[in-house]
Amino acid sequence: MVIGPAQDAGDADGQGGGTQARPVIQFDMCDACGTCVEVCPRQAVTLVGRWMSVADVMDELERDRPFYDQSGGGVTFSGGEPLAQPDFLLALLKECKRVDLHTCVDTSGIAPPEVVQAMIPWVDLWLYDIKSVDDAAHCEHVGVSSRIVLANLSKLASASANVAARVPVIPSFNDTEDDMEAIARVLAELEGKRPLRVHLLPYHVLGEQKYERLGRGYEMRLLRAPSQELMERLARVFVREGFQTRIGG
Amino acid sequence: MTDRVARLRQRSVSARPSISVERARLLTQFYSTDATASPVLRRAKALAYLMRNKAIYIGDDELIVGERGPEPAATPTYPELTCHSLEDLQILNSREKTSYSVSPEVMEEYKNVIIPFWSGRSMRDLIFQEMTPEWKDAYDAGIFTEFMEQRAPGHTVADGKIYALGMKGLRRRIAEALEKLDFINDPEAQARSEQLRAMDICAEAICAYARRHAELAYLKAASERDPQRRKELVRIAEVCSHVPENPPRNLWEALQAYWFCHLGVIIELNGWDSFNPGRLDQHMYPFYKADLESGDLTEEQARELLQCFWVKFNNQPAPPKVGVTAAESGTYTDFANINCGGLTPEGQDGVNDFSYLMLDVIDEMRLVQPSSNIQLSAKNPDRFLKRALRIVRKGWGQPSIFNADMVVQEMLRAGKSLEDARQGGTSGCVETGAFGKEAYILTGYLNLPKLLELALNDGVDMRTGKRIGLPTGDASEFTSFDQVMDAFRAQLRHFVDIKMRGNAVIESLYARYMPAPFLSLLIDDCIEKGRDYNAGGARYNTSYIQGVGIGTITDSLAAIKHNVFDEKRVSLGQLVEALGRDFEGHEELRHVLWEESPKYGNDDDSADSIMKQVFNEFFDCVDGRPNVRGGEYHIDMLPTTCHVYFGSVCAASADGRRAGTPLSEGISPVQGRDRRGPTAVLQSAAKMDHAATGGTLLNLKFTPKLLEGEEGIDNLAHLVRTYFRLGGHHVQFNVVRAETLRKAQRDPDSHRDLIVRVAGYSDYFCDLSRALQDEIIARTEHESFGA
Repeated sequence: MVIGPAQDAGDADGQGGGTQARPVIQFDMCDACGTCVEVCPRQAVTLVGRWMSVADVMDELERDRPFYDQSGGGVTFSGGEPLAQPDFLLALLKECKRVDLHTCVDTSGIAPPEVVQAMIPWVDLWLYDIKSVDDAAHCEHVGVSSRIVLANLSKLASASANVAARVPVIPSFNDTEDDMEAIARVLAELEGKRPLRVHLLPYHVLGEQKYERLGRGYEMRLLRAPSQELMERLARVFVREGFQTRIGG
Repeated sequence: MTDRVARLRQRSVSARPSISVERARLLTQFYSTDATASPVLRRAKALAYLMRNKAIYIGDDELIVGERGPEPAATPTYPELTCHSLEDLQILNSREKTSYSVSPEVMEEYKNVIIPFWSGRSMRDLIFQEMTPEWKDAYDAGIFTEFMEQRAPGHTVADGKIYALGMKGLRRRIAEALEKLDFINDPEAQARSEQLRAMDICAEAICAYARRHAELAYLKAASERDPQRRKELVRIAEVCSHVPENPPRNLWEALQAYWFCHLGVIIELNGWDSFNPGRLDQHMYPFYKADLESGDLTEEQARELLQCFWVKFNNQPAPPKVGVTAAESGTYTDFANINCGGLTPEGQDGVNDFSYLMLDVIDEMRLVQPSSNIQLSAKNPDRFLKRALRIVRKGWGQPSIFNADMVVQEMLRAGKSLEDARQGGTSGCVETGAFGKEAYILTGYLNLPKLLELALNDGVDMRTGKRIGLPTGDASEFTSFDQVMDAFRAQLRHFVDIKMRGNAVIESLYARYMPAPFLSLLIDDCIEKGRDYNAGGARYNTSYIQGVGIGTITDSLAAIKHNVFDEKRVSLGQLVEALGRDFEGHEELRHVLWEESPKYGNDDDSADSIMKQVFNEFFDCVDGRPNVRGGEYHIDMLPTTCHVYFGSVCAASADGRRAGTPLSEGISPVQGRDRRGPTAVLQSAAKMDHAATGGTLLNLKFTPKLLEGEEGIDNLAHLVRTYFRLGGHHVQFNVVRAETLRKAQRDPDSHRDLIVRVAGYSDYFCDLSRALQDEIIARTEHESFGA
């Protein structure tokens, strides 16, 4: 599993890096061995992430236990997509519950049903993304069918899992009241336990730098964050359906 | 805030600090005519002379009255302690930061009257005459500083006796003590008698001074046209006729009683850390409650009185400092640090309605003086903490937050009674003390990284090439990390001994020649013992040595251990050579040291265990050793602005720090080296045994965005509570973007009102030295709570 913050290359003096000369990496041939990082005298490249065992991760988590004890907080497994590493995630979840840590999984819901099923007993809270219930739009923009997302969601509801639904609001994709009404309807009609709350997450451009650092083009540069006013209007759709609703994470 | 308070505040904030010659003139007059033999009686008579003759100031709009100088921000000098030379005065007048305007008339009077009389007779002259060459070498090299070379010991705080007894009650106590003196069996009876009589003279002097305010207020009332103001002036006159002679009967009198005592202390001598009312909410609450119940006062009137009281502190810039002392404490702030919250003497939740009123006033007044803090016990409600954090979030650094339960534990460890401990708190920057019962004197800062520099260079100062330390051997021949630590320990012990020898001499000089009979009135058990505050009269007599640069020395030792002895990437000889060249031609080595070595502040035991080792060496070397006042030495971990001065005298260090740049500040990690978020910083800092100290100082810097909304406050509250659960002593916050600070550097004029947290106090950013400004900008700015 890849864990760890991205480090800006060239940040050696805390001065912020220069941006002119970028190392060229052929990512299609790169196996992330890290040799380039070791040999580069100017520290132009940084390997983001490292290999960790379950014990390594648990060691890291234990460090913050006094803070969890005080705040009632715990561990959130996020990503990328944590369910993409099901064996590792399951092992971690079990270990967390063994040592009494609160667990939370932040997922796109795109995973085989048996993977989700296996996690259910070990997860205290699911942060569950719903981008659209329009299958065609979902297929086009997300790249997979929304059916799999909704099937997994039903599974969680019928197993009485705690779910916080998270709806990223993306201009030109799902930023209308109609889009939201469709999502709200699906959430309201779930059989089993209702989602605890709904978070509307306004689209942001924080990913741009990360793309740039990876030497990849950022195709969504032209999108603007939705206005607060629009966000509030969209949030009211969920409030009308009786959901506790928040704008933001 | 009412219009009155707004005007008072504005006048205070815009008053330009100046040097007033009044005190020096009156003191010189007194000393040139008085022939009293007893030093303490002479000091008492000198104070009485000042109180009888100094100008009385009652400003427009004021409700609480009395100034140290002839008017707000007119700052007196103390030539009996430091007689400023004409050159000093020119520096004060013209220096870029914390300047004091000096008029030509003041210059003239200094030249013709003050300097001829005091030159060679001041305490400063006496102290430097008595110091050994080893002491002077160490002082010049910046191994340690000396607090008492320009200012008197002070470092103490009031308890509740002013309100319970008044000067009348204290004079009764003095009379009883005089009565009990046994001249036949006690060889010190005469000394005690002189001391007690001196204290009695001081008690009368402050009452006479208050009465002069009453007279002026009546006089002003007689010619005042505005009926409202006339009524106020009459009330001021009534208040000043009653206190501090008698116990106060209401909130107004209580605040005014304290203020007269405050003035007595800071006019008598320029003791360090001003003086302060300590647990103000505990002391004022009974008066406040009674006034509200009787209908004599509304909450709004109480708020206004308290705000008027606040302004008085801001009217008193720190006594002017020069040289090293100005460098170690470069600020107008005089460190009156008012406590709020904490525990009652019975150990219950001490937060009351007045605590919240104080927080409102702190918030509204936004003044650098007085400084303020909350004492946070596990027993105090979250509401109290969150109210304070909503002020913290505004970014100007007040109030700071202390762990009241740990403060009690520190005092118990140092041998104080449980009740005294619970009535104590913290003052100055972060120093723990038993209020009203302890002289807890900071004696000087100790430059820990400089001691390592000497250990790596066989006792030779890399900056000057002079051997000032012990010859602990050629570092290139050290074959183990333990040998490095042995050499460090040897230098540490050597210089702590030199410092303590100096302290013994200086404390003895103060005890004999510069007693403080007025301050002695206010601190138990000076009356009962018949002994002066400066001579061990207090119930507890602590001397602190303050360690500076724990982050820098930890990272330096960790880098040496990791790169020289564990990984063998470089030999110690090569490393020391690179330090001598300030890494010129060794940039790659510097990168390894700065970027790729274990760093304190990341919850990394390989660094943090070294922090503990250094801390323990320092503790073992200092704690529990006797001072000449019958008390003990303890350690503190705080820097004020000394980490900048100490950094300026240090060569490059093994953590990759360049020569001359600031050291780490307080117990905070090296600036920018904490990379795993605030939780890791707190975990690392909590590995220090805070209970073994008399105060530690931790700074955290957050972006404003992180603290937005209720969630931001909740998270910050959890962070503070967790740190205290782990045993932390104190934490303070800067909530400001580095970007804003850089803008202020470029355009100071539009940022004159920008206040930031420095180290144990807040100050105007534009008043700070450039080096200190850069240092604050370099502190890590946390954008998230976790890693």
